[in-house]
Amino acid sequence: MQFLLFNFLNPAFGMLLQAGGNGRFAIAWEKAQHPDLSKFLIIGALLFIIGVAGVLTRRNIIVIFMSIELILNAANLNFIAMSRYLQDTGNVNAVAGQIFAVFVIVVAAAEAAIGLGIVIALYRNKETIWVDEIDILKW
Amino acid sequence: MHRYIWLVPLLPLAGAAINGLLGRKLRFSEKLIGGIAVGSIAVAFLITVAAVYSYAFSSNAMWPQTYVTSQDGAFNFTWIPGGAVRLTQGSQEPLALKLREEAAAKRAARSQEQRQQPIPGGSEETRGSVLDVEWSYQLDALSSIFMLIVTGVGLCIFVFATGYMRGDAGFYRFFAYMGLFMFSMLVLVMGSNFLMMFVGWEGVGLCSYLLIGYYFDRQEAANASRKAFITNRVGDFGFALAIFGVVATFGTTQYTDVFGQAATFQLEPLGHWGLLSWMALGLFIGACGKSAQLPLHVWLPDAMAGPTPVSALIHAATMVTAGLYMVTRTNVIFQHSQTMMMVVALVGAATALFAATIGITQNDIKKVLAYSTVSQLGFMFMACGVGAFVIGIFHVMTHAFFKALMFLGAGSVIHGMHHEQDMRRMGNLRKYMPYTYLTFLAGWLAICGIIPFSGFWSKDEILWNAASTRYIPVGWIVWIVGTIAATCTAFYMTRLVAMTFWGKEKFLNGHDHTVEHEVHNHDHETPEHHTHIPHESPPSMWVPLAVLAVLATVGGFVGISTAFTGGKHIGGRMNIVNFMDPIIWNPTTRHFGHEEILDSAGRPVEGTREARAEVVTAETEATEVASPYGEEGFNLAHVAESKLHSETATEWLFILISLLVAGIGIGLGFFFYVKDTRLPDIWAARLRPLYQASYNKYWVDEFFGWAVTRRVMDAARGVFAFDSKVIDGGVNGSAWLTRLSSRITGGIDQYFVDGVVNAIAAFIVRLMSPLFRAAQTGFAQNYALVMVLGLVAAVALFFGADIARAVKSVFAFGL
Repeated sequence: MQFLLFNFLNPAFGMLLQAGGNGRFAIAWEKAQHPDLSKFLIIGALLFIIGVAGVLTRRNIIVIFMSIELILNAANLNFIAMSRYLQDTGNVNAVAGQIFAVFVIVVAAAEAAIGLGIVIALYRNKETIWVDEIDILKW
Repeated sequence: MHRYIWLVPLLPLAGAAINGLLGRKLRFSEKLIGGIAVGSIAVAFLITVAAVYSYAFSSNAMWPQTYVTSQDGAFNFTWIPGGAVRLTQGSQEPLALKLREEAAAKRAARSQEQRQQPIPGGSEETRGSVLDVEWSYQLDALSSIFMLIVTGVGLCIFVFATGYMRGDAGFYRFFAYMGLFMFSMLVLVMGSNFLMMFVGWEGVGLCSYLLIGYYFDRQEAANASRKAFITNRVGDFGFALAIFGVVATFGTTQYTDVFGQAATFQLEPLGHWGLLSWMALGLFIGACGKSAQLPLHVWLPDAMAGPTPVSALIHAATMVTAGLYMVTRTNVIFQHSQTMMMVVALVGAATALFAATIGITQNDIKKVLAYSTVSQLGFMFMACGVGAFVIGIFHVMTHAFFKALMFLGAGSVIHGMHHEQDMRRMGNLRKYMPYTYLTFLAGWLAICGIIPFSGFWSKDEILWNAASTRYIPVGWIVWIVGTIAATCTAFYMTRLVAMTFWGKEKFLNGHDHTVEHEVHNHDHETPEHHTHIPHESPPSMWVPLAVLAVLATVGGFVGISTAFTGGKHIGGRMNIVNFMDPIIWNPTTRHFGHEEILDSAGRPVEGTREARAEVVTAETEATEVASPYGEEGFNLAHVAESKLHSETATEWLFILISLLVAGIGIGLGFFFYVKDTRLPDIWAARLRPLYQASYNKYWVDEFFGWAVTRRVMDAARGVFAFDSKVIDGGVNGSAWLTRLSSRITGGIDQYFVDGVVNAIAAFIVRLMSPLFRAAQTGFAQNYALVMVLGLVAAVALFFGADIARAVKSVFAFGL
């Protein structure tokens, strides 16, 4: 319903803005409506790299979890950006990316729950959360 | 009525089938079983009588001609159809041509498809024929007499058996076997070819086996039946070889064809072993087996383990005369070979004396009669060997009467004595068993050869023919041996009668069971049975005895000696010599029978058959002085005749001699066993070696046991040893070799191949393991790093070019 209302109102907003400013606002609006995909991808890539670096370098397992969240959110950002881009440019109604992002959030929540459970169990046994002291995966 | 002779063997078979197949299942009563068995034999006997009458004595008799049921379609089917036979033997060229024509004619008569296949005999090189063996019955003088004996004497014995076997658990089985035996015997004597004779021959052998072993739960009966069967196989082997010879030589098995061809062959004098001599030898070996001649006689005395009616029917009256039937049937073949005639005569004489001397010392009443049978069969072969085939058959007939009578009398005694067979425990039975005694007396006088009982006529004729034979040079030896045997016969028969029917009642001394006696289920209810007082047998048993006694008394008159009748065989066809004349081949004239009355064209004159019977006179016999084979050597009768100048007087001389020796035998027996009963023991002690030899039957059984049974067992043991050592050893050795080789290859596999594999694997593992162990740190971040590196590598691999281009363009733009 919201979606239909927005579409219906869209030309009216356009006419209003055209009439109101000297065209600058309209350009800004236009840009806001059609953002540049590459900036989102760059941000996503940066987030991903920060996440990976965090996972690989930090010793605290909680921080590693947070870094994993960064990686997941970088992926989500890419999904959303792509979905929006495809909605904007193509005729396709590409909501698959947005739905996928929701899935990723759900899975991330579940993962965080289980992961933190493991961390607690680990702490109870090993009394540490420093990953360089935990090498029992070797066995 | 002669068209219906095919019913004669069929009726006993049907009776046997009903009794044997249904008797047990439907629980037939003994009356019904006996009725079926006796009824079937009685009807067969009536048909036989009617057929013989219509064949030989009615107004439209077809007498001298052989009647075969296939000739007018009365009964015939092709039993073994058309095989081509190549004749590898034989000489006469005209005969070969005739056979070739016959083969061609038979081929032309066949169907189109069959004609495509060539018959080997059609070529020029070898003679050939088509062997079609038919199943048809033959009626002629010889088979008439045998049919009458088999069905007539058989009927008496069947009636006797219904009384004797009463209460036996296997009543139905007994009569089924007996009926089957009658069928086989009738096929034997009525068949029109050698193969049918062979079927009957084996059939009676089988039935003999079954009936000797009737009490199969007794060891000696089972052994005796096996012994009889195996001994007969030896004879059958010779018989089968002779049949092969007949087929190979003549290309047919039909009597009329075979004998017609054989009559054209050359005579083979003494010492010449031609084709027919060998054939006759094979036939005689068969006859020796079936008729218990030396050295194959061993089975007959043991055959007494069977029930007494069986001994009477099979081992005295009918089956054992099958050899005589066969020799007489094939008299053409035998008369071609002087050697074989002499062999037959000598074997017969030897057997007669041999068995008679054994009979003197035996104590079992049935054993005495059994050896007597062997001895009498020897007399019959003696007759055949000296050329008097008719007299041999005449003795078969009279012997069937008196020996069946005596065996049944012995059966009656055994029955009355509660299965006691040892004569030493009998005595004075005439008081208890008058009918049996009176009938037995007739048999005794007949076998001793007292005029005018039947045995006198036949035995005297045999001895006379032996003395006066022109066929073989050793007739005088045969006569002397036969005369001694006749003396012995009279002696041991008098002994038997004296020990059984006269003297003291030795059974009152108590009864112990050490002596083997015939056991069968018999109701021991009457009080007499417990005190062992003998009793007379029921009418079903003594009536057949009476009938046979009458026959044994008067049966000999059909062959009355020419000395009594002025040198002629009187009585026309009622005289057995005239009746059987057409089937006996005459080597001098090379015709069947004696003088033919021929017209100018050389054909027999029609209507002279009646006259022909009278032509066979002693004069015609006397005119043929010379032996058909050439030299005849020393001849007793001719020497005596040259002294007496009269043939009738010579014959009378020999009759008186034979009566005299019979009297001596009887007198000695009377003296030994009635007058002074201590004498037998005294003389047994004095002639101890002879007595022992006779009592132990000349150790023939022991000799065979040593020479045959032991050798066969040794051979079997040797073969067994070979099997267990060599063959099993080979098998086990190969198994051992397999195990050895498997152990070797196993060792190679285990130590060499596995070692190499293990060494290589261990080397690789040792080499590589530090590397992989180092890689596995256990730190999750290391693994993650590797993953990232892998990701970077993958991205670099797949998108490296794109990335490089993009970077380049950025820098290019920036610069």
